[in-house]
Amino acid sequence: MDPILNIQNLYKNYGSVEILKDINVSIDPGDFLVLVGPSGCGKSTLLNCIAGLEPITSGRLDIGGQDMTDVSPKDRDIAMVFQSYALYPTMTVAKNITFGMKVRGVDAATQEAKLNEVAKQLQMEQLLQRRPGQLSGGQRQRVAMGRALVRDPKLFLFDEPLSNLDAKLRVEMRTEIKKLHQTLGASMVYVTHDQIEAMTLATKIVVMRGGVIQQIGTPAEIYNRPANMFVADFMGSPAMNLIPAKAQSNGEGSKIEIARDGHAPIVLHDTKNRDLPENVVLGLRPEDIAEPGYRSGQYVQKAECHVDIVEPAGADTFVVMQLGGKHVTARLHSDTDAQAGQSHPLAFDFSKVSYFEPNTGQRLN
Amino acid sequence: MTDLSMTTPQNPSKTGSNLRKIALRWGLYLILGVFVLYYVMPLYVMITTSLKSLEEIRTGSLMALPRDVTFDAWATAWSGACTGIQCEGLKPYFWNSVLMAVPAVALSTFLGAMNGYVIAQWNFKGANLIFSLMLFGCFIPFQVVLLPMARMLGLMGLAGSIPGLIFVHVIYGIGFTTLFFRNYYVTIPQDLVKAAKVDGAGFIRIFWSIFLPLSLPIIVVTVIWQFTQVWNDFLFGVSFSQAGTQPVTVALNNIVNSTTGVKEYNVDMAAAIIAALPTLFVYIVAGKYFIRGLTAGSVKG
Amino acid sequence: MSDWLENHLPKAVLAPSFIAVLIFVYGFIAWTGWVSFTRSRLLPKYEIEGIIQYERLFASPRWDTAMNNLLLFGALFIVISMVLGLLLAILLDQQIRTEGVIRTIYLYPMALSMIVTGTAWKWILNPGLGIEAMVRGWGFESFTFDWLVNPDYAIYTVVLAGVWQSSGFVMALFLAGLRSVDEEIIKAAQVDGIPTWRIYSAIIIPSMAPIFLSAFIVLAHLAIKSFDLVIALTGGGPGYATDLPATYMYAMAFSRGDIGQAASSAMVMMGVVFAIVVPYLYSELRPRND
Repeated sequence: MDPILNIQNLYKNYGSVEILKDINVSIDPGDFLVLVGPSGCGKSTLLNCIAGLEPITSGRLDIGGQDMTDVSPKDRDIAMVFQSYALYPTMTVAKNITFGMKVRGVDAATQEAKLNEVAKQLQMEQLLQRRPGQLSGGQRQRVAMGRALVRDPKLFLFDEPLSNLDAKLRVEMRTEIKKLHQTLGASMVYVTHDQIEAMTLATKIVVMRGGVIQQIGTPAEIYNRPANMFVADFMGSPAMNLIPAKAQSNGEGSKIEIARDGHAPIVLHDTKNRDLPENVVLGLRPEDIAEPGYRSGQYVQKAECHVDIVEPAGADTFVVMQLGGKHVTARLHSDTDAQAGQSHPLAFDFSKVSYFEPNTGQRLN
Repeated sequence: MTDLSMTTPQNPSKTGSNLRKIALRWGLYLILGVFVLYYVMPLYVMITTSLKSLEEIRTGSLMALPRDVTFDAWATAWSGACTGIQCEGLKPYFWNSVLMAVPAVALSTFLGAMNGYVIAQWNFKGANLIFSLMLFGCFIPFQVVLLPMARMLGLMGLAGSIPGLIFVHVIYGIGFTTLFFRNYYVTIPQDLVKAAKVDGAGFIRIFWSIFLPLSLPIIVVTVIWQFTQVWNDFLFGVSFSQAGTQPVTVALNNIVNSTTGVKEYNVDMAAAIIAALPTLFVYIVAGKYFIRGLTAGSVKG
Repeated sequence: MSDWLENHLPKAVLAPSFIAVLIFVYGFIAWTGWVSFTRSRLLPKYEIEGIIQYERLFASPRWDTAMNNLLLFGALFIVISMVLGLLLAILLDQQIRTEGVIRTIYLYPMALSMIVTGTAWKWILNPGLGIEAMVRGWGFESFTFDWLVNPDYAIYTVVLAGVWQSSGFVMALFLAGLRSVDEEIIKAAQVDGIPTWRIYSAIIIPSMAPIFLSAFIVLAHLAIKSFDLVIALTGGGPGYATDLPATYMYAMAFSRGDIGQAASSAMVMMGVVFAIVVPYLYSELRPRND
């Protein structure tokens, strides 16, 4: 199967400032690609480049197997949903949705049919004669989606479409977008700074920072095997614990020693990885530090830890302690009896452990 | 002190402060009223004088209401007063001003809208420099262009003609109209243009279908501003017109300062009011937009 | 091909205006500047002769009067308009029930042509039939108010009429400024028990500094350009007593046929405006890097 979108060696400069550096991404038809990263990482610029709204400095960009590098947006067969929705304020919802078809000279009957189809799909038949100013945030969002859907393009582009909605609505719309992707089977590129959105929606995630791609992979790959400390820290909430430690190969695995203030160091045994450098950063997700009763398996190691803070959060209770000079969070069951200021036994599950080189931040295992 | 009055409400001091408040209030209205008189007085004097006979003006007081209201002065001002040798009143010059103002306002507003649209939404390299240069053009003292413009109009065959005046007003109006539209369009999110581009619309289509329908308020502001500027202009009018093509302000000045015959103050005042009527009318009907234009023209956008 | 056209359309749209401004503003300034260094009289000559026109200009008593008048008129006009405008704005800001009407009345002179304003005040200040005659009619036989025809005082009548025309506009500017001050700050000050006049003097007025600057620029600009008002009110007289640079320039250009003098005086006016406006425009345009 030919990729629906193929970006090769794309560079984008504003004057002498490099915004995007050597971007290489390719997605298959039906993929849901999410570009995620902190603000200023270049993800929106990349989306604008894909749309043709920003010219690229060098490189090549194919959509649907055709070179689109210098093609104007209107000829790329794309549709785009904007963060601000960008609804045309003086047009009714119906006109907003049909404007693209009108500009392209689609006949009125087809316009009408497509409009009704999309309105039904998004359940907004009763909104068609209103103007954007008379709609709520969620309704505007729907109209913006409708405007994109009606075009039936090769590629959908979303530029942080949910970030202007309140928390509850955002979760609802997220589900709806996912459902839409599944029913349409369309190819989508989606920009967000919200890593949860990225995890829930994507079939493929691109994590970006400073105009450089940090990692490309499925949500599971990104979550379980982050390529570097930036990705490890950025994806997941609470973030992955990154604990400075000393490693020493012994037998089949390694002895991991974590220093503590005012207490003897914790010594753990990783039976899976060996030949690590002496200084490493140990990466463990909060859920991989649990109460001993809830975790078992060959990679689980127990240790007594001094708990500093206990934060109940409904289903889970987070406890924070000081390990290797860092705050380390463990995700415990809500019925835990851990108390602040006291010692508590914890189980460290090494089955998904990550190791990073402390200076470069690159993954070691 | 506040503690005291809070815990033990003292009636005398309370009524005392109330009295003071009322006195202050009255004082406030009095001062505002005095200034109302200051601003209204000239208009009042103009109107009453224009309704008096010359005889009554000589014998009566400046501020007195007319004893016998007569519209003779108005009739003379409109169609009989002398602007030098000619004695046809303001009428032909009033129409000159209309013929000059309407196209000049329409053209400069249209150009300002297009320029503002480009500068605010289609920013290309150098667009801001161009905008700065145009903006500075708003502030030059026009004396510095009078001489070359007089020659240029001569070269273009427009010397002393109404099209020549239209040309001048359009050229020197573009800066302000561009500023107005630019400041208005710059508040419209750039995503709108992007969305329309993805929808397949081009430069003209986006302006026509999306920006123009949004622009009514700023069009009103610009039209009012330009109309007031062009109608009230005297410098260009007196420099670039000749007998027969003069705008109404120049004609009014000629009537008032014409040395032939008896000084007819009532006719002067009627003529002044006639010359002021269009802009006064606009001000009264659309004062909100008038003020917006004034403040937009001077406060940063 | 159509994409190329589409991409260059914005520039093409801006081009005519830009070219017009280049020629009719900057080109013309250059032309006037050039001619100001020649011996042009009735017709322009283009041989540069140095600064003789400027020497003549600064040696001319009439120009001297014009510049002095500009300084006096400008200073009084700006200061009085600002003070009056601010005062009226503050008074109107006290929840006045009829604010709309009063504001409309204060501001209407701005809609009038300076020629109309001049004509009206010329009549009011006319010693024979105007205010002087009226007050004498009330029984004060020795009352004199002949500023309009008194060479020492005529310039003040220009100030009077100018302030009448423009102070309402300054008021509107300041009123908008007063209304744009963050209400929470004012509420906080009221809760702290700070008296109203202190709130104005210590909080609101200092926060309006940019509006003072704007008002100053606009008024200074109006003062330098003032031409119609003087023409209609005094005609520059008595004698040359109320001549301003603008009327001097016009007289040289169109009645005296002395293009060299007209050009050099226009350039001096330009220089004065330049000195005031350029720093202002620079500061306005700079921080917005869009």
